[in-house]
Amino acid sequence: MAEPFTMLTGPAAPYLEENVATNVISVQRPHSAGPYKHPGDELFFGLRFDGDGNEIPDFVLNRPRYRDSRFLIAGANFGCASSREAAVTALSAFGIRCVVAPSVGDIFFNNCFKFGVLPVLLPEADVLSLAEEASSGETSGEFSADLLANLLTAPSGKTYPISLPEFRRTQLLEGLDEIALTMRNAGDIAAFHSAAAAERPYLYRLERPVSDIP
Amino acid sequence: MPKTLFEKIWDRHVVADLGGGFALVFVDRHVIPEITYNRFRELESKGLPLRHPELTFGVSDHTVPALWAALEKPDDRSNEFSRGMKAASLKYGFHHFDVDGPDQGISHIVAAEQGIALPGTTLACVDSHVCTVGALGGISWAFGGSEIVHVLATQTSILRKPKTMRISLEGAPAPGVTPKDLTLFTIGRVGAAGGLGCAVEFAGEAVRSMPMEGRFTLCNMAVELGASFATIAPDEAAFEYLKGRRFAPQGADWDAAIADWRELVSDPDAAFDRDVTIDVSGAAPQVTWGISPQDTIPIDGVVPDPADEPDVQKRRAMQAGLDHTGLRPGQKIEGTKIDFVFIGSCTNNRISDLREAAAVLRGRRIADGVTGWVVPGSLRIRAQAEEEGLARIFTEAGFNWGFPGCSMCGGQGNGFTERLKPGMRAVSTINRNLPGRQGPGSITHLASPPMAAAAAVAGRIADVRRLGG
Repeated sequence: MAEPFTMLTGPAAPYLEENVATNVISVQRPHSAGPYKHPGDELFFGLRFDGDGNEIPDFVLNRPRYRDSRFLIAGANFGCASSREAAVTALSAFGIRCVVAPSVGDIFFNNCFKFGVLPVLLPEADVLSLAEEASSGETSGEFSADLLANLLTAPSGKTYPISLPEFRRTQLLEGLDEIALTMRNAGDIAAFHSAAAAERPYLYRLERPVSDIP
Repeated sequence: MPKTLFEKIWDRHVVADLGGGFALVFVDRHVIPEITYNRFRELESKGLPLRHPELTFGVSDHTVPALWAALEKPDDRSNEFSRGMKAASLKYGFHHFDVDGPDQGISHIVAAEQGIALPGTTLACVDSHVCTVGALGGISWAFGGSEIVHVLATQTSILRKPKTMRISLEGAPAPGVTPKDLTLFTIGRVGAAGGLGCAVEFAGEAVRSMPMEGRFTLCNMAVELGASFATIAPDEAAFEYLKGRRFAPQGADWDAAIADWRELVSDPDAAFDRDVTIDVSGAAPQVTWGISPQDTIPIDGVVPDPADEPDVQKRRAMQAGLDHTGLRPGQKIEGTKIDFVFIGSCTNNRISDLREAAAVLRGRRIADGVTGWVVPGSLRIRAQAEEEGLARIFTEAGFNWGFPGCSMCGGQGNGFTERLKPGMRAVSTINRNLPGRQGPGSITHLASPPMAAAAAVAGRIADVRRLGG
């Protein structure tokens, strides 16, 4: 069950690298390494901290104006490669609940909805313009995402549409558990299985381990 | 309305249309690696039953040790993850290919080897390289860990219907060029985001003439194109591969199944959203120079110069690749000194891969200062390699001969101990050369099994075609 998403406001960090893999967003490391010092430290850990655990000052999220970012303005194919959903939970642990990009990895996209993170896909020119707004001026301006109105607003007042399938939007707005959502289709699932097993019985007549059936 | 192969299989499995291009899709087979055994506790805590135990399969692969040397108890490869999965399998009554059985191996290898993955079916697994088994003519997809519970409880997945893309590989590959080379060559041309959001069908003369095991390698790396699915129209090679496998239909069922499966082709006039043709006849053995699988060049090529790239983001990405691998623009990649060779992973550790690598290593020794590991894909492959005398060739060449698991690909093997040390440079037959994939601060060059074997002998990145006798 994720926190419902209705309105998000705050600074946006521009990070336009393309093809950023999920295990760069959230590094895999052994449990023996212990917990992170602060919640959200796992986000881009390998890029934000050096080998001794000290912050790398140049990295975008370590710069004072972006430390409290709520939005990430990202490059194409953000969150590609591995299926690890920790990439999404790392973003939300840091406080980023909205990723704006020309495209994101498919699995990453689906994972966002499970953890109350809003992916906004916009044409590349719009993403560049948002990144420009995020980097200009002395301090970081306020961006906002209003999911009830389906609008993303930049500090300049310029607005961009948020376009999501209705059931995904509802899922975010209400913070719905996906299993509960699907259970509404329990009857359809049972009917589907009966029909499929009648049509192609050889695909569904599988032996279970003999001694282990409870 | 003419349909692509993917659309035919998709349409067969849609339980409900969710709107906005999304559908609830039935999962015919669900494969779960032991590293996620805790998801069964989550299922229990939600008070939900396992909906279809007969369609659920546990596999021990991500955390299991590949080499005895590192073990505290050298006769036991089990650990908390495998024991956890075993307990779940006993409680719920599903098959678990555990380290103490004869059939353990890497999920995508086991799914094919056991006849779990079949033409025309859907298969889901938390591991992103599940696209491997699409080579048999089904569709398969991956998801994040919490989706496991969703599938356990509902036997469905919520999926966005992808765009369709056909990648036709035409022409006959040159001698010494393997399916892995064609795969890297293809990714180099289509790009790491070239298949983003697409269901890719691999087609063309070079795919039709490719042995089944090579097709697994090709489909394995479809995710490195950004693709959500990969498939190949099932043909005699697929049927021959599957016949008699444990969970494949048997007897009269088999006849009914292949009659249906023969229909599984894209209609001649079906439209693909993207249609790409690549001539592979000029492809040489490939090796990567950067930190994306698209950063591939022929072994006799030179490292590209970011200054020649007009796009600023691409230029920066290329520079980041060079910064990580320590190579210079214009430098020949051949001759780069290496520390480690890893032959394994769901990309390249089937029997044909081991045969090809062993053929290079026969009568040769690994170079001084280089460590080599061979980790076969399953216990069955391992046993066959021993029977064929391949294991002996590897050990006589100075390689370590391991037990099946993800091991040095992903770096989680045996409690995160099976990984490269910082600064080490490896030639590996795996699928990802992302920074730290094989251990923090390590450098990975992707290549085929024979190229990896050649590098081990030379102690440097080498052209297997020019390795002296």
